[in-house]
Amino acid sequence: MSVLEINDLRVEFPGRKSVFVAVQGVNLQVEAGKILGVVGESGAGKSTVGNAVIGLLQEPGRVAEGEVYLHGQRIDNLPDKQKRLMRGRRIGMIFQDPLTSLDPLQTVESQLVETIRTHLPLSMTEARDRAVELLDAVGIPDPRERIRQYPHQFSGGMRQRVVIALALCAEPELVIADEPTTALDVSIQAQILELMKKLCAERNVAMLVITHDMGVIADITDHVAVMYQGKLVEYGETEQVLGAPQHAYTQSLISAVPRPDIKVERFPMVNYIEAAEAPQKHIDISTHWLGKTRDYQPVSGPLLKVRDLDMRFEIRGSVIPSRRRYFDAVKKVSFDIHQGETFGLVGESGSGKSTIARLITGLYDPSGGSILFADQELTSLQDRKAVLAMRRQMQMIFQDPYSSLNARMRVRDIIAEPIKFHKLASSNDEVRQIVADLLDHVGLGTAAGAKFPHEFSGGQRQRISIARALATRPRFLICDEPTSALDVSIQAQILNLLKDLQEELGLTMLFISHDLAVIRQMCNRIGVMRYGELCEIADCDALYETPQHEYTQQLLSLMPSMELLSRANLESM
Amino acid sequence: MPYVSNEEIKVQVQNQSEQDPPKGRFGALLDSDLFHSFMRSKVTVAAAFGTIVLFLLSFLAPWIAPHDPFDLASLSIMDARMPPVWMEYSDARFILGTDDQGRDLLSGIFYGMRISLIVGFCSVIAAAILGITLGLVAGYMGGRVDAVIMRIADIQLTFPAILIALLVDGAARGLVGSIDREVFSFYILIFSLTLSFWVQYARTVRGSTMVEKNKEYVQAARVIGIPSIIIMVRHILPNVTGPVLVIATINLALAIVTEATLSFLGVGMPPTQPSLGTLIAVGNDFLYSGEWWIAIFPGFALALLVLNVNLLGDWLRDALNPKLR
Repeated sequence: MSVLEINDLRVEFPGRKSVFVAVQGVNLQVEAGKILGVVGESGAGKSTVGNAVIGLLQEPGRVAEGEVYLHGQRIDNLPDKQKRLMRGRRIGMIFQDPLTSLDPLQTVESQLVETIRTHLPLSMTEARDRAVELLDAVGIPDPRERIRQYPHQFSGGMRQRVVIALALCAEPELVIADEPTTALDVSIQAQILELMKKLCAERNVAMLVITHDMGVIADITDHVAVMYQGKLVEYGETEQVLGAPQHAYTQSLISAVPRPDIKVERFPMVNYIEAAEAPQKHIDISTHWLGKTRDYQPVSGPLLKVRDLDMRFEIRGSVIPSRRRYFDAVKKVSFDIHQGETFGLVGESGSGKSTIARLITGLYDPSGGSILFADQELTSLQDRKAVLAMRRQMQMIFQDPYSSLNARMRVRDIIAEPIKFHKLASSNDEVRQIVADLLDHVGLGTAAGAKFPHEFSGGQRQRISIARALATRPRFLICDEPTSALDVSIQAQILNLLKDLQEELGLTMLFISHDLAVIRQMCNRIGVMRYGELCEIADCDALYETPQHEYTQQLLSLMPSMELLSRANLESM
Repeated sequence: MPYVSNEEIKVQVQNQSEQDPPKGRFGALLDSDLFHSFMRSKVTVAAAFGTIVLFLLSFLAPWIAPHDPFDLASLSIMDARMPPVWMEYSDARFILGTDDQGRDLLSGIFYGMRISLIVGFCSVIAAAILGITLGLVAGYMGGRVDAVIMRIADIQLTFPAILIALLVDGAARGLVGSIDREVFSFYILIFSLTLSFWVQYARTVRGSTMVEKNKEYVQAARVIGIPSIIIMVRHILPNVTGPVLVIATINLALAIVTEATLSFLGVGMPPTQPSLGTLIAVGNDFLYSGEWWIAIFPGFALALLVLNVNLLGDWLRDALNPKLR
């Protein structure tokens, strides 16, 4: 008998005007000792399934139809008190963010002991022994000492291990993990996944893993359920679903996953999910405003030369210089970017890659070193006119599509602002025409101009950002994690668009990402960063096939294996 | 095995994109969550209705008031201290009775409320302009500019509004002489109320600005090369107006009360141009001789006005605060 059985589940959120059906017709089973992955993009209803199982649906959501069984016992219609007893005792939860799922004011010990004693009839010492045992099982070194510490004394990965220990406290039959590794760096993600897989087999626990990440699915799950807009589109053994997907959505989802092992020209068949509203209208670049009057000085040699760049932030100010504390975000970084190429910067969070982008665009002033753009030293530019001329040539696309557009401005005003400010058009009519063409060109359609940013999805907003960046007719474009906040299929669309634009306009790009697979798809040459230092610069293929630096090798070895996906991709191409 | 056919999903996608668009600007307003939350709160609807009625009464005072309290020719000392109509010795012309100079109290309240509201609005607007400007500059520039502005604000906060008004009034009297007081008292009031209220705006706007300036849309504007002043006005200002609106509403009520207090103490509006506070002050002298109506009715009008505006402000604060939703 299955540990968890979900029959024909339907979850509704009654709204002011209509009832929103978040999940409908979902049937799932999880066996003991097996891991079921629920995968889907944002809005697919995958988290809602998990919340419905443990009875923690957000108000005013409710289970409208269907049943949930735990070991044959129906649990979706239990009274609240019994549901509460069931949570933790019979079903454990692992949440996304280990920073917020632990109480910062209590020691790990008291949190573990409290949970154990709530559910199991143990004395304080027995509970404490069990807590130490659990910490040991999740791989925390020296558990007897560390149990007395507070959550902030643990690193992100260690904290997630504590969360897992907490979920396992009362020997639950089922563990639900909602995006358990999304907030973690790649290297830590691999360790946590391995731990989850091991514990699941050792303790014979059934596990429901909810994620958007195909890599996680391929890595640890036995079965997978693919959800799309609240419905189950495909369900079966992981190997079968990923290897030979039947449903067009699954196929398109898999083909959109960027692959670290092979560079593809463009992502195929990614228009399934969010068709760009208007078909991209092609403009003849040679005659259009976008391609015209690129009155830039021709450069011999690299377009951008960065030499010994330093950036230190003061983290504790003091009148006495010796008591000041600094943080070196960027240390002696040097690299060149040649005209027409895409240079990638890759590294984990805090490695200083975004700081470099902000130094080049002048958002920060460097503490040392030089930045030469088109043979001109940027750090010593004084004249306001010269600064503006520089600003016009380089533009930036930001990570967060939600905060990078001013919510109070219409889209057409957002895009028109740089054109008007730099006086790149002679009349208002011309500005209007250019904005319309730009919107068409990034695949949004002219009508989008009259709307406000909040009326668009994340991917569409990123298209608006791209249009705004193009509006100064730059020759150098910096993309700072442009797709890391987006779903994988939308990411594929945006990456395709960036490639198209680069080819048409002959743009030079600096592409920053923490995702090695994305970097491989986009870049000609790649720099690997760690702790503010540049470890290695190599050509794209060389870096992935024969990494020189030890850190690069480590990063590459930690990537989720994509063997299953690769096979599917090759077949579909 | 596909559980849902491709066609089915495509149809669903189409349906989602075909949401009925709101009809025009007014339609969008009626459709908004703000309006919905407004209609759901009975108290707020009542408060809004009461506020509108009181505003209309005061601003239409010259046309609807039964008498003109400023027309000296129509005043007669024989009508002084008449009780309201339902009492003995009353006069049907004066529904709520008259004050010590024979002015009709009802008309006096309409006109007084008008003065109170004008003073309130003017000082709220002036304080908002001053506070928002300083808050924006302090929040955006940071560093030394921020430190100087916020220390001035801190010092400002150590003086109660009434003390500032008394000081300003005293200083102004010394400067312009008491002859011009009737003309100047209006401006002195607004000036002192502005001085006491700008700090709240400055602090709120500074806080919001510090949050907004780190958002990527501001960085994008800087990458384009747009100068700070335009970034502040065009990009940040529209994004920090929500809390300002709430403070302005609540401050309107506060300004009216403070104005009444000052007038009651004799440093506000003079008896020849009575605001609600002045009327209460006049009535206060007669409270113990049995002529209670001269003080009570203006006091009641003041309470009603402030209560309505406050209820409206409270609702606005809750409705615009994402944490409480």
